[in-house]
Amino acid sequence: MSNVAIDLTGVMKSFGNKLVVNGLSLTVASGECFGLLGPNGAGKSTIARMVLGMTRPDAGKITVLGVPVPARSRLARKRIGVVPQFDNLDLEFTVRENLLVFGRYFGMSTRAIKAVIPSLLEFARLESKADARVADLSGGMKRRLTLARALINDPQLLVMDEPTTGLDPHARHLIWERLRFLLARGKTIILTTHFMEEAERLCDRLCVLEHGRNIAEGSPHALIDEHIGCHVIEIFGGNPQELSSLIRPYVQRIEVSGETLFCYAPDPEQVRVQLRGRAGLRLLERPPNLEDVFLRLTGHEMEK
Amino acid sequence: MGEDFAAALPANAWNWMAVWRRNYLLWKKSALASILGNLADPMIYLFGLGTGLGMMIGRVEDTSYVAFLAAGMVATSAMTASTFETIYAVFPRMREQRIWEAILCTQLTLGDIVLGELAWAATKAFIAGTTITIVAATLGYAGWSSLLYALPAIALTGFTFASLAMTVTALAPSYHYFVFYQSLFLTPMLFLSGAVFPVTQLSGTFQQVAHFLPLAHSIDLIRPEMLNRPPGRIALHIGALCIYAVLPFFLSMVLLRRRLMR
Repeated sequence: MSNVAIDLTGVMKSFGNKLVVNGLSLTVASGECFGLLGPNGAGKSTIARMVLGMTRPDAGKITVLGVPVPARSRLARKRIGVVPQFDNLDLEFTVRENLLVFGRYFGMSTRAIKAVIPSLLEFARLESKADARVADLSGGMKRRLTLARALINDPQLLVMDEPTTGLDPHARHLIWERLRFLLARGKTIILTTHFMEEAERLCDRLCVLEHGRNIAEGSPHALIDEHIGCHVIEIFGGNPQELSSLIRPYVQRIEVSGETLFCYAPDPEQVRVQLRGRAGLRLLERPPNLEDVFLRLTGHEMEK
Repeated sequence: MGEDFAAALPANAWNWMAVWRRNYLLWKKSALASILGNLADPMIYLFGLGTGLGMMIGRVEDTSYVAFLAAGMVATSAMTASTFETIYAVFPRMREQRIWEAILCTQLTLGDIVLGELAWAATKAFIAGTTITIVAATLGYAGWSSLLYALPAIALTGFTFASLAMTVTALAPSYHYFVFYQSLFLTPMLFLSGAVFPVTQLSGTFQQVAHFLPLAHSIDLIRPEMLNRPPGRIALHIGALCIYAVLPFFLSMVLLRRRLMR
């Protein structure tokens, strides 16, 4: 058994005139959590679909769990669980029926499915909702059910397209905790996200995509060290242009994003001295994070 | 490209059953309402037209008009039940409910899904057509023994019209387009296929057209059986219905793959 879960080599894909994935190569090792980061339209979902064999690349080679995709993607999908970007649960069924029906799509017998349903409900913390209609669940519960559903075939690999988009912080933290539990049990996860915090917390490695190209790849900490490597001061409440000319001599780099000034400063104290006495300014000093990497690399503001 | 198309075809002979069972589980929740809904229309036609017109017309092709009409209504109800299932129920499953999208992430192929939906639509057609046959037999408009032969013909009719409707579902940008299929294809076919009056009443050109209509072949299979008459060219009718079932299946596979798996 190879220890490579997903391998993409020189993958290209365009829809009409729009080039969505541009010569992408990446490798996901078994047991790791790999993140695809990028703004909307960067090609994340298309890559997830290609891994599943649902979209055919124009050029390049894709191997998933040792199987060529899309030609033999059915074999790969037997061992994959999918959490899609938009909930596609069967709204007319109960929680339990959703799991039953989905297990049958994997060719499982009713008895085998009924044997795993209790542990899946427990995993998703939905024991008390087993016989509730899906339409009556909250957004967080639906996502947890989608996650439980993705595990019904005991997959080796989980493909997740923005697993926590649209959830409140409580629901999101619960999903993250569940995903870490799965990683501890040796599952491989590839997830797309535009939440930097999600990527930083979960991913062993990630790549930043822009216009379908891989513009940076590595562990979150390595990327932060490599691309930022110093403290960050966020300044709001003043005129960004005026402030940036004032402090430019004392910082390594300045990014203006909206009305916020991001100063990358080896010596934050010097910046503070320059701004002392100015009314109405708010300063926030913090360690660098992935969002800084992203702003630096793409020059885009991430959606929060 | 050919290899990819092959990968989208039904993976084996039983995968489709998972989709069929999903639809059956849902149907069970409101089975009675569904059966009554499928029956109401053809029953009203059968007794409304049958008794009303029957009094004026007298006998048609050596039988009472109601008995003549019964076979037409059996075939028509099978056609309508499977068509409506395939357009108005499958289309939302494919689009806004995203149910097909979820299934495509499992080991089922697009072909498995399509086949499962067609088999389910044929099942609903079978239930509708069979119930009317039983009502007709109970009232003495059809022989009980004929039931045995009529039932497979009803199931085949259901499958054929499901397959035809699947191409419409695959092509339709929105619900509004289904009405064209109904009013420009299904309704004229009702009158050209001998469902409510014999095809021999039509002018020569229309009689020629009737040879190519799937509903006409279905009625020609079912009516002699229900009226205890010697069957006509059975192989021709079954063959025609099979062609109308198989070709649209592959056509809809091509169209759906283009639509869903770009």
